[in-house]
Amino acid sequence: MIGVQRSDVLIIGGGLMGTTAAFFLRQQHGLSVTLLERELIGRQASGTNFGNVRRQGRDLAQMPLANRARAVWGRVKELLGEDLEFKPYGHLRVCYTDGQAAILEQHARDARPLGLELELFSAEALRKRWGIFSNEVVAGSLSPIDGHANPRLAGPAFGRAARRAGAAIHEHSEVAHIERDGADFVAHTTDGRRFRAAQLLVTSGAWSGQFAASFGEPVPLEARGPQMGVTEPLPYAIGPSIGVSTPIETEGLYWRQIERGNIVFGGGLKGPALADQIRAYVKPDNVLRQLREMRRFVPAFEQVQLLRVWSGIEGYTADWAPVLGPSARIPGLHYAFGFNGEGFAISPGVGEVMAELLATGQTSTPIAPFAIARFA
Amino acid sequence: MSGPRVIVVGTGPAGVRAAQALVEAGVRPIVVDEGNRAGGQVYRRQPEGFKRDYATLYGSEAAKAQALHRDFDALRDRIDYRGDTLAWNVSAQQLHTVHPASGETHDIDFDALIVCAGATDRLMPVTGWNQAGCYSLGASQIALKAQACAIGSRVVFMGSGPLLYLVASQYVKAGAKVEAVLDTSPAMPPLAALRGLLSRPQLLWRGLQLQAMLKRAGVALLKGITPVRIDSTPEQGVTGVTVRDARGRTRLFAADAVGLGWHLRAESQLADLARCEFEFEPLSRQWLPRIDEDGRSSTAGVYLAGDGVRILGADGAEAAGRLAALAALHDLQQGSERYQAEQGPLRATLATMDRFRQGLLLAFPWPHQQAAALPDEAVVCRCEAVSAGELRRCVRELGSQEVNRAKAFSRVGMGRCQGRFCGHGAAEVIAAEARIPIASVGRIRGQAPVKPIMMSTQEVAQ
Repeated sequence: MIGVQRSDVLIIGGGLMGTTAAFFLRQQHGLSVTLLERELIGRQASGTNFGNVRRQGRDLAQMPLANRARAVWGRVKELLGEDLEFKPYGHLRVCYTDGQAAILEQHARDARPLGLELELFSAEALRKRWGIFSNEVVAGSLSPIDGHANPRLAGPAFGRAARRAGAAIHEHSEVAHIERDGADFVAHTTDGRRFRAAQLLVTSGAWSGQFAASFGEPVPLEARGPQMGVTEPLPYAIGPSIGVSTPIETEGLYWRQIERGNIVFGGGLKGPALADQIRAYVKPDNVLRQLREMRRFVPAFEQVQLLRVWSGIEGYTADWAPVLGPSARIPGLHYAFGFNGEGFAISPGVGEVMAELLATGQTSTPIAPFAIARFA
Repeated sequence: MSGPRVIVVGTGPAGVRAAQALVEAGVRPIVVDEGNRAGGQVYRRQPEGFKRDYATLYGSEAAKAQALHRDFDALRDRIDYRGDTLAWNVSAQQLHTVHPASGETHDIDFDALIVCAGATDRLMPVTGWNQAGCYSLGASQIALKAQACAIGSRVVFMGSGPLLYLVASQYVKAGAKVEAVLDTSPAMPPLAALRGLLSRPQLLWRGLQLQAMLKRAGVALLKGITPVRIDSTPEQGVTGVTVRDARGRTRLFAADAVGLGWHLRAESQLADLARCEFEFEPLSRQWLPRIDEDGRSSTAGVYLAGDGVRILGADGAEAAGRLAALAALHDLQQGSERYQAEQGPLRATLATMDRFRQGLLLAFPWPHQQAAALPDEAVVCRCEAVSAGELRRCVRELGSQEVNRAKAFSRVGMGRCQGRFCGHGAAEVIAAEARIPIASVGRIRGQAPVKPIMMSTQEVAQ
């Protein structure tokens, strides 16, 4: 075929999963990589999320992946030569009931053998250390070396680093369809360009379902929008990223303070996401409920102004576990999508694992629970 | 419940005339007012207890102001008036309001929403404009109109457009010391400008009279200037304004306050949140909501009128507000007679006003080359302290050629004003650095809340 661009690996989707995989494929394995992104690198779920670098509270099956990702976060500045505002000042979970406190304690026991050390706090110890929590907070659990980073910067920075390392990154390149040609994959863009590779990685977030279905592996995937907000800047005082652990969805809440001083928050019910229009919205009642929960957690927030809210498009699977690993049907095809609103923290781990898998056919990090075959 | 549910946002000239047309048709609209005494910014009423008369407050526009206030007061029993209320968000067929003092919120269903949100100053970044003692022209005028205060004891006004001369003359009349009026527009407007300006000869005449009056009062009037910087010290704030005059000489004017403004810009956040389509207007180099001749936006049931969509001034706003309400009534099948009878004359009035508006834009152009030439250290976004140099770095090193991309990387337009005051200047800096047309830089997407709300804001009572 004339005019076809060829590489070892073709990646569809320029979010964090795609850009980190492209980066590590070049940096650690030297494979040639082409990444196709429909609009701009690192938007939607990758660019609009909360920015949590959190390991605790995850499904224990994700812990090895989360640990690997945390190791990358620790050296991300030297890897990329850019500051993603990663602050390893801790990740704190608190709760409002004794029943939930028992769950936090159990989680700390379960996570320790998997390499995550958590420090448990009584209500009094929490107030002594942070001072501002309300009396409703009864217990907490701190992961001292986790934290938060800036999602607006992360995806584009990995994309630039991948490009510097030799990856071909094409923005404004929407894939219309992918065909098989012998053992190869050929992607056709809507403007008529063609890209060929022996291996294909689908990292298209909430839009991945259509590609998986076209390869005979449909996955129940739903698009939803996180409900995010930011306050005016306050004196910088709170280091860790903080969340409420609760089984009640409407009291879900997480927040962090950035160095500029603003409080970034989110949590609770999700908003509508229109995948076909590439738009997601924040429901006004969700915002007001979040303000209620913010006041309940930290009464002094009552005197603070809300400046802005936003959303993006995230992909949710039916069983709240991601789709990660090789296709069950087609050699050379791989997937990494469906991160259920908690992909940011583990994204550099996903990229490293997928690069390893594509380059060597195996990975030292267990990802079998996330195989797409579970939906077959 | 009977009758259509119609909401009018704003009680300036457009909002009052829209409400009046609705009441005439037997509809009882909900009228949402961020203030608590109708009149808008142009006919803003002084607080209770202040005793200046209409002629003192509104000059040549006294009769119009008085008529608008009187007509609104006569409507009060026939509308559902919600004063001190901010429309903070809008979703499908529902307006979301908050009463900031109590934190009480409401979701108001509507069949038609007529947004008459008015305008604010259009601002161009100037080196040093982030220092204490810098105001907008509009704020300078409000200080005088509402509180009988001047912004300083020695004031310089800088910018362009009719408001520059109007505010300066109002300051002089009130006895304030105006050091200089510094206009970035050339002394001789292009001929095309004159054609537009002659469509409202009385206004043109009044403008020339204002300039003559300022000269007589001994105010330095300079045209064709280029702002260099607003001088200041940390202790005193503004100490003066340095400009280059039309002949290239550096001139310094001592002052303790400066009022800045280049025409007005539409307050289009609600239109944006209502998902109305915007279009780029090359003449003013800005994005504005798209409306038809009568004020219908691209979103069904959402109407836009007054300076919140096109800057036609107070007279134009009165006509646009009435026409939008008549169009809404027609669309709601609440009678088309008035719409059909008045549509022609109202459209003709608006067309005249728009020719004048275009004349003004040609005579007092937005000095985009000055934004493009801002020194790197000049602060563009005051809320987030983002400099022109940082924006240029985002273009050069991070490839952000679109303003929302630059926002994501640099925080420009992320703060309290959400880019309402820096967005136009930022777009010019980006376009110039990237060497691309200003239209392709786009516009900063608005997000709720329309203005900051307190976190003490309550949930809507069920």
